[in-house]
This record gives sequence, structure tokens and C-alpha cells, in this order.
Amino acid sequence: MALLETKDLGVIFGGLKALDDVYLKVEEKEIVGLIGPNGAGKTTVFNLLTGVYAPTKGAIRFNGQSIIGKKPYQINRLGIARTFQNIRLFKHLSVLDNIKVAMNQHMKYTVVEAMLRLPRYWKEEARVAEKARELLRIFDMEDTAEQMAANLPYGQQRKLEILRALASHPKLLLLDEPAAGMNPTETRELMETIRRIREMFGVAILLIEHDMNLVMGVCERIYVLDYGTLIADGTPEEIRSNEKVIKAYLGG
Amino acid sequence: MDFITQLLNGLGLGSIYALIALGYSMVYGIVQLINFAHGDIIMVGGYAIYVVLVMAGMPLWLAVLAPLVVCGLAGMLIERLAYQRLLTHNAERISLLITALGVSIFLQNLFMILFGSETKTMSPLFGSDSFALGGLSVTSATLINIVVSVVMMVMLQLLVNKTKIGKAMQATSEDAGAAKLMGINTKRIILLTFAVGSILAGVGAVLYINTYQQIRPTMGNLLGLKAFVAAVLGGIGSIPGAMLGGYLLGVLEQLTKAYITSEVTDAVVFAILIVVLLVRPAGLMGKNRKEKV
Amino acid sequence: MASRLKKKTGVFYLANALLTIVLFAVLLVLISGRTLNNYWSGVVVLVCINVILAVSLNLVTGILGQLVLGHAGFMLVGAYAAANFTRAVVENGSLSLYVALPIAMVIGGLVAAAFGIVIGIPALRLRGDYLAILTLGFGEIIRVMANAESLRPITNGAMGLSVETFSNRTDPGAMFAFAFVVMAAVIFISYTFGRSRHGRSVLSIREDEIAAESMGVNTVYYKLFAFVLAAFIAGVAGALYAHHIGMIDPSKFDFNRSVEILIMVVLGGMGSISGSVISATVLTILPEVLRGFADYRMLLYSVILICVMLFRPSGLLGRYEISLPGLADKLLHRKGKAAKTEEG
Repeated sequence: MALLETKDLGVIFGGLKALDDVYLKVEEKEIVGLIGPNGAGKTTVFNLLTGVYAPTKGAIRFNGQSIIGKKPYQINRLGIARTFQNIRLFKHLSVLDNIKVAMNQHMKYTVVEAMLRLPRYWKEEARVAEKARELLRIFDMEDTAEQMAANLPYGQQRKLEILRALASHPKLLLLDEPAAGMNPTETRELMETIRRIREMFGVAILLIEHDMNLVMGVCERIYVLDYGTLIADGTPEEIRSNEKVIKAYLGG
Repeated sequence: MDFITQLLNGLGLGSIYALIALGYSMVYGIVQLINFAHGDIIMVGGYAIYVVLVMAGMPLWLAVLAPLVVCGLAGMLIERLAYQRLLTHNAERISLLITALGVSIFLQNLFMILFGSETKTMSPLFGSDSFALGGLSVTSATLINIVVSVVMMVMLQLLVNKTKIGKAMQATSEDAGAAKLMGINTKRIILLTFAVGSILAGVGAVLYINTYQQIRPTMGNLLGLKAFVAAVLGGIGSIPGAMLGGYLLGVLEQLTKAYITSEVTDAVVFAILIVVLLVRPAGLMGKNRKEKV
Repeated sequence: MASRLKKKTGVFYLANALLTIVLFAVLLVLISGRTLNNYWSGVVVLVCINVILAVSLNLVTGILGQLVLGHAGFMLVGAYAAANFTRAVVENGSLSLYVALPIAMVIGGLVAAAFGIVIGIPALRLRGDYLAILTLGFGEIIRVMANAESLRPITNGAMGLSVETFSNRTDPGAMFAFAFVVMAAVIFISYTFGRSRHGRSVLSIREDEIAAESMGVNTVYYKLFAFVLAAFIAGVAGALYAHHIGMIDPSKFDFNRSVEILIMVVLGGMGSISGSVISATVLTILPEVLRGFADYRMLLYSVILICVMLFRPSGLLGRYEISLPGLADKLLHRKGKAAKTEEG
């Protein structure tokens, strides 16, 4: 059974079919790409998978369970975490706190224990802070822990957003244009990071990206979306030589 | 028969709400700001009438014209001085709301200092005749209110749908960034929207004085609040919605007053707001807007 | 590193606790010994109450980032609930006010919180503006209803409801003691709440609601929680205020009162507890000193409000916290970071 599976997924915005008949499958620990021209509906797929929008038709099964009608926070708790195309960090919180927010659900103390600063508060906070620092350490960002997220350089903001998503212990990570605005060196680093994340955390990754070097370099399978429908899927080699895909990109 | 009289009175009251609601709705449509100061614009209009008619003893036509001019100018001045900087800097919503609130308090306290905090009364502007229509007794004020509000709405619809300025308003409301790229001077359009909304409030002020003959510096609070409820009820951002909401609210309020008790009228209005927000937050004629992710 | 931090935190808490106790003792001696006259003792109690109100409003407006314009309304319902309780139990002699007041404060808080739930559920599902307008409406309606004939048994209408008070002759310090202890508790729990997983959830909503929701934060729940907590505290403050003044006059709980509290929060810096404490203290004492400008006070406040929003929207302290031990630490070490601890 696949980790994530959508069937006949579609959504209509104001009478327009934004997505139609989308079939996706992501296996555990797989890295899958979702590509397509601008406005093809890629981000809309993410918004449906994370419960931001409700689909008009079709089914989404994650880990053997339907997630349609669930709220975004419930879906996150089931194991899907995402990043955003236009970085959405908690700008005025510290880097550490950004990560701690994603770990909130894994802390076990009540609001009364927090208000009165009872022992369990200290214990849990220390445990989670250590975990959060560990995560930063793995990705060479430990020295930024106390900085305000808004003050990080662009590339690190992108990275922090990925770390924040990871911190919520997902089984599936959705990355929305992680390489946008990065230079070639940064993109190469990012490819390394993506592979490392899969190895170390055993998550599956579904990513939207325009940078073909990155997509072809890290993805094991690729789906191509155009005008809201899937026009191709397969290995990078298959996609590279697919007539329809070439046409869609060159505007035939 | 009494029921129909009450219904007409309700429509008369609702006409005033509708005119104020239009201003809320237009401004909200274009800059997504609940302009707390809008209710106080009507108070400014009321005092304009008082100054012209009672203090200066000038003719009636001037007293009708004055609030339109004063309100329009006040609306533009407020936009320029208080909101524009925040709007162009894309300030946080809460800053805009607090500024609007500051303007509202400023106007109320300024007029309290200028004219005193007590209620001032005037005589009806256009006489206080009652008409008998097939056994119904209707005051002239009620008839004037209804007619004027309908005329105003038709004129506004024409302005928004048939003129270049109106189309620029629609474009700015739909997507300010894109409108700007298409060569629309959005700053000017926003200013104009404030002016039009405020002039409508000026018309509302004339109708209010003619109907209730009294003014005080804080009159905008509850009046503005109710008009806002009307705008939400009809669907904020929609012109026909604001009118419909205004009429409905006026009728509901009048019927509550007549058949239940006048004590709880305001609470009923408030309960309506809560119910609308729970059941149909987009209002009767509004569209659901979703934030882009 | 970690143990040094912990030790520092411990010292920080201890130093603040000590300072609070010293401040309390000094003020209590001054008030009980009548070194401060009745008038100024009253002002001190008012300062405590306004600090409570400002800090509680800061929970919603500063930490959650939502505008609330009906704080006085929550105060008023809390005041009525508490006053009716003490009137009943103290008059028939079943409880002394010393025992009845704490119970009354809890009752006042709970009633205000119940109103908070009724308003919060519809408003908080929608965009922030609706909360502002709903709370504004609530505040106005509550005040209008307080004058209604049908509610006379509870409110005594516009005449005002007289409330039990401590005897100023035999125990001038009692009211102060209650107000101060509640104030200290409210400051403490606001601080600890803000730096917990719950507080971080609320902060994340202010920062970016959509991102918060997608990181597993139940935004509806936390918005409601912060809002209802603030309403509860406002209700407690209302109970204190009623028993301090000895009379509930609904016209004293109007829109302007709500705005005054908001100004305290905005000026101090939205999100900063110490900012709220400082500006609530200053803005309570200043009008007492400058009696002459009473008529122009709200006019001035509104201009300040607009100017702060236009030119320094973060307020006096922004989101930073200052504390006396922290300041001392900074002065001693010159480079200490503890003086300004980032919110969160």
C-alpha cells in the first residue's frame, strides 16, 4: 500500500476546473517530483493534500486512511508537513521557537503546568529544546538558534522552513519550490540536504520545482501537470523524452 | 394595517442604515479595512447641518448641500492623513484597525470639545407631515428616506458599472497590484472611494436629522455599528447587499421595537450579527474570499 | 552551558519574586500606616487594576494579534456577577468580605469568560476584523442592557449598583493587598503562558495563521483560549474595581474605557508585558497629576494612538521585555543579554 494515494482528485474555483482527475502515488521513503508550467495547479495539489482547500471530487488516502474533510492541523498530526512557495516563517520568533512550534504537539504538559512552572514543564521544554538544537546542528544552523527568523539570509530561511516541517515528525514532506531564488551552489547544497533528510529521517518527499537539474537529480519519479491535469508520469529519463511534456514546456 | 405601517417605518430607518452601510462596504471592498470612523462621518454631517441651519441661519438648500461637501472632504482628509501611509507601506491589519479607531475617537472628542457633549435638537428639515395612504399613516420622513436611498443606490450602481472611474474602482478592489500595473492610479481611486462613501454618509446625515432631529458627538457609535451589521448581513463588499442588509435590519429593529420591547432592540441587532457570522459569514449576497496560499 | 542557563533562570525568577515582595511590603506599609492618604492609596489600587487589564488585553492584542474593543464590557459583566454574589453573602452575614471577595473574583471571571466564549466562537472563525467589531458591539450592548428595566434586579439600572467594600477606617490596606496579589499573579501567568508550548502556538498564529495551522497548531482552539483567558482576567479586574469603588456605574465601563486599556497596550508595545505594566502605570498616574487636561485627555490619546501607528507601530518596547533584575544584570555585566529577552 502506498503512503499517499489520490484518486480522481479535482477542484473547481469559481466555475473553473483548477484540477481534474489527478492520480498521485507516493511510496514510503520515495522522492517524487511534481512539475509543470506556471499555473498548472501544482501548489493547488499541495493545498488539497494539506487540507487548506477542500477538493470538489476524488479521494485522498494517506497511510491507509482518508484525509478528506480533515483540518490542516489534523493532517499535519497524521504525518504530512509542508513548506510554502513564498516562505511563511514565524518571522518575529527565534529560529529555535520556529522549530519548537512544530514540536508543540509532542510536548506533554498542560497549560496549568506551564503557567505555574511545574516540574514537567521544565523537563519537557528541556527535552524538546535539546531535540530542536540537535536538528539545527545536523543542518549546520545551530549558531542561528537565538536569531530572529526574519533576520536570516534568504537561503537559510528556506532551509529553516524545511527544518520546521521536519520537526513535526512527518512521514511525508511536501516541498513547494525549495530552490526558488537560489544560486547554483545553493541549489547543489539543497539537493544534498534533500537526500540527507530522506536517509536520516526516513521520510517520503513530494516536491514542486522549476529547477530541472534539481528535479532530475534527486527525484526517483516525476509527475507532470499541465492545465490542471496530469499529462505524464515516470522516471526522470522517461519524462525527459516525453513528447507531451516537451510540448507543454515549449508551448506547442 | 399597523403591521404594514411598522414595516414602512422600518424601511425608512433601514434606508439610513443602508446609506451608511454602502460606505463601509465600498471601503472594505477596496482596502479590506473596517473604517471605524465611518459612523462618525455621519455625526460630522449632522453638525454641519446644525452649524449652517441653526447657528448661521442660512437657507435650507445650503444645509442640505453642506453635509455632502463636508463629509466628502472629511473622508478624503482622513484617508490622506491617517490611512494612506499605512496602505502604501502594506502595514499590518491591526495597525490599520487601530488607526481607524483612533480617528473615530478623535472625531468624537473634537466635536465634544467644539460643541459640548449634550444632545442638540433641531426641527425636521422638510416638515413633519403625515400622509394617509389607503388607511395607512406614513410620515413624510419615511417616504423621503426610502425614495432617496433607492435613488442613491441606482446612482451608485451606475457610477460603479458604467463609468471609467467605477471600473477602475472594481479593478482596484479585485487586485490592486494588477490594477496599478494596468496604469490605474490606485491611490487616487482609493481616495475617491472614501469620498463617495463619505458623501453617501452625508446624505444619510440629512435623512437622519430629518427623521430624528437630534445630534450628539457619540451618535456615530451605535449608528455606525448597526450600519456595519447591515453591511455584514448583506455581504460586505456588495452594493446591493449593503442596501438589502440595511432595509432588513431596519425592519427587524422596528418590528422588535413595536411588538417585543424597545429595551432589547440593540441586543437583537447584535444577536443578528452573531447568527449571520455563524451561519453565513459571507452575508446574503457576498462572495467567500479565500486567502491565497 | 545549559546548567549555567538554568542557574541564571533560577536567579532571575528569585530576584523578580524578591523585588515583588519588597514592593508589596513597602506599599502596604505606606497605605496601612496612612503615609499615603486615601486618595493616593486609591490611585495605587487603580494602577494595579489597570495593569491587570492591560496585561490581559495584551494576551489577545499583543500575543495573539487580534484587536479587542470590548474589554470594559467583560469588566462590567464580571463586576455585576461578583457584586451580586458579595451583596448576597455578606449582607446576610454568611461570609466575611475577606473570604467572599476571592470567590466573587472567580465568579466574575467565569461569567466574563462565558460571554467571551459566546462572542469568540463566531468571531474567531473569521478574519480578525470581525472580532474587533463584535467585541465593540458587545461592549456597547452590555452597557445599554445594564440600564434596561428588565435587568434592574441585577444591575439597578443607570442609578448604579452599590457594592460591599472593606472598611477604610479599620483596614485601609485590604483592597490594595487583594489588587496587588492578583496583579502579580496575572503578570506571572501571562509571562509563563507566553513562554510555553501553548503561548508559542498563540504567537505563531499572530505571525502566520496558515503556517501555524499547517504545523499542527489548532488555531481555532488557541485563538479562543487566549481570548477567553483575557476575558476571564478582565472579569476578575471588574470584580476588583467594583469592590474598590463601592459602586457599579455602567457609564464608567463604556467604549472609552476599552480604548484606554487598548492605548496602554499599544503604547507599551504590543506583545510586551513589561511595556503594558509601565504604560498602564504611567497612564493611570498622569491624569491624576494633570487634572486640568481631563477634557482633552481622549483627544490627546487618539492623536497619540494614530501617531504611534503611523510612525512606531511596535510601541514603546516593541516586543521586548525588560525587568529590574535583568537591567541590573546588564549594568553589571555591560554585555549581558538577559535584559532584553526576546518574546516567545
